[in-house]
Amino acid sequence: MSAKIDSQATAENIVIEMKGVNKWYGDFHVLKDINLSVREGERIVICGPSGSGKSTLIRCINHLEAHQQGVITVNGTLLDENSKNITQIRREVGMVFQQFNLFPHMTILDNLCFAPMWARNMPRAEAEKTALRYLERVGILEQKDKYPGQLSGGQQQRVAIARSLCMNPSIMLFDEPTSALDPEMIKEVLDVMIELANTGMTMLVVTHEMSFARSVADRVIFMDGGEIVEENAPDAFFDNPQVDRTQQFLSQILSH
Amino acid sequence: MSTEPIIFQPTPARAAPSSKIGAVAWLRANLFGGWKDTVVTIALLAILLATVPKLIGWLFLRATFWGDADACRLAGGACWPFIIDKFNVLMMGVYPQELGWRPGIAAIALIVLAALTYTNRMRGIVLVVAWAILPFFALIMIGGAFGMREVDQSLWGGLMLSILLALVGVIVSIPLGVMLALGRYYGSPVVKSLCIAFIELLRGVPLITILFMASVMMPLFLPPDMIINNLLRIQIAMILFSSAYMAEVVRGGLQAIPNGQTEASLALGVTRRHTIAFVIVPQALRHVLPPLIGRCIALFKDTSLVIIVGLLDFLGMIKNAALDTSWLGFQAEAYVFAAFVYWSICYSLSLYGRELERRGPSAQKR
Repeated sequence: MSAKIDSQATAENIVIEMKGVNKWYGDFHVLKDINLSVREGERIVICGPSGSGKSTLIRCINHLEAHQQGVITVNGTLLDENSKNITQIRREVGMVFQQFNLFPHMTILDNLCFAPMWARNMPRAEAEKTALRYLERVGILEQKDKYPGQLSGGQQQRVAIARSLCMNPSIMLFDEPTSALDPEMIKEVLDVMIELANTGMTMLVVTHEMSFARSVADRVIFMDGGEIVEENAPDAFFDNPQVDRTQQFLSQILSH
Repeated sequence: MSTEPIIFQPTPARAAPSSKIGAVAWLRANLFGGWKDTVVTIALLAILLATVPKLIGWLFLRATFWGDADACRLAGGACWPFIIDKFNVLMMGVYPQELGWRPGIAAIALIVLAALTYTNRMRGIVLVVAWAILPFFALIMIGGAFGMREVDQSLWGGLMLSILLALVGVIVSIPLGVMLALGRYYGSPVVKSLCIAFIELLRGVPLITILFMASVMMPLFLPPDMIINNLLRIQIAMILFSSAYMAEVVRGGLQAIPNGQTEASLALGVTRRHTIAFVIVPQALRHVLPPLIGRCIALFKDTSLVIIVGLLDFLGMIKNAALDTSWLGFQAEAYVFAAFVYWSICYSLSLYGRELERRGPSAQKR
């Protein structure tokens, strides 16, 4: 009886469910039988060598890439070719890109107001109020009337995070958010992400920032060759990796 | 032993060698650098000396600025009273003189709107709507409606007609071109092939042919009770022709927008339609502003072809004026004036476009 209640409770808390997901680019098998469950509020860091499929994995969650086999469920909605479902899921799932992808022809404020106004039919005044609140939270309120090209990389990425938050998502995906940044700007972006993690946001982060993984993640997933090779709590993952490939990878990126 | 502080005394710089500065050195470097340069320079100088003084003499020194045809013939230079006498006709054709203020107001509206755009006083959706309304406003002012006296289209002519054809042509063909480009770039296979067929068909045929089709052949195919007047048929032909070229220009812009822009917008939950309308197209248009302005200039010059199908545009009026028996023998003046007017308008457009390009966030990007 109690076991049943337990399993129900966990089932309710699972916000992303991937079962037997496979994807090919032509002949190239980029995702191999991926099974992954993410609980509400969980912070997951995905790492692995380049080309291991980690970006593709999180891009499948908001259907920027289509998977060819398997089942993905986000917040209880099945992700299929139904474009209504896809749009619905995208409104609940925020994404931050390596290249920021701010809209260069809009001011910072317009960048933030755009999606709430057109995807949620929010009135301009309300969208601006939300936008200003998030801009203040990421510390770039005074830049609101500038264009993205006038901001530093770190500032642009913080704007991109704020832009996603304006849609009030329940899940945030980060696709190598600091890889295009100069070293001195990485910290300001990571600080915003840590602050976000502390609010209880569900986060999937593809990154090579291992200190971030160690201090923030609940679970670290190591991918190689399109499959999940190992997953573990960060301390166990870094101090006592179980698989050879993980050991090799860690020794390569932690050696200097 | 006293230690004198050593003070640094700069030696004054030597003057540059005389062979490197001054007028003689400049001439040597730029015009007489070697025997080839020297030959070209002398040849060009000879040509200029042979033509420019004659041209200035004809245009200004021996020209007549006040008087009648006989005074002109006596002086032997250019006959500007001829142009002054014909000025109204050249500008408006046989449009009723007493109603000339109406096209005048339309012209002022055009200039004011252009100035507001240029100075960035008006922007965004208001600007787009204002430009979209302008051709209708011009048509109403020229043609007469809402109680204003109507003026038949056969009376429209001169520079007014040229500018009207170009203005309506540009303003309608740009959105049409954008639609065609979107159809070709994003459309389903059927839409895509229809767009490609339309674009390639119109681009593969000279404008004159299309004008002939519209003016002479189209009435043969239409039912007899369906009468579309000649001017409208010509205007539609020009719009379709122009939109095919605009479409290809815009498509170039669409291709230049990185995929990340689409992905970012879609990832925010914005629909594909809104993404294209508000993220992709505005950026694409900004990218292709220079060739787009080039197409506008080309379209304005192309309006001179309507003379072939019997419309009396600016060039048509010039030709008419040159045949006036009381001013016989002053063809050259008419065509010099025509060239001058076309050149001033096109060059202004070019400068105007350069300023628009210089501005905007794309100029400061990255």
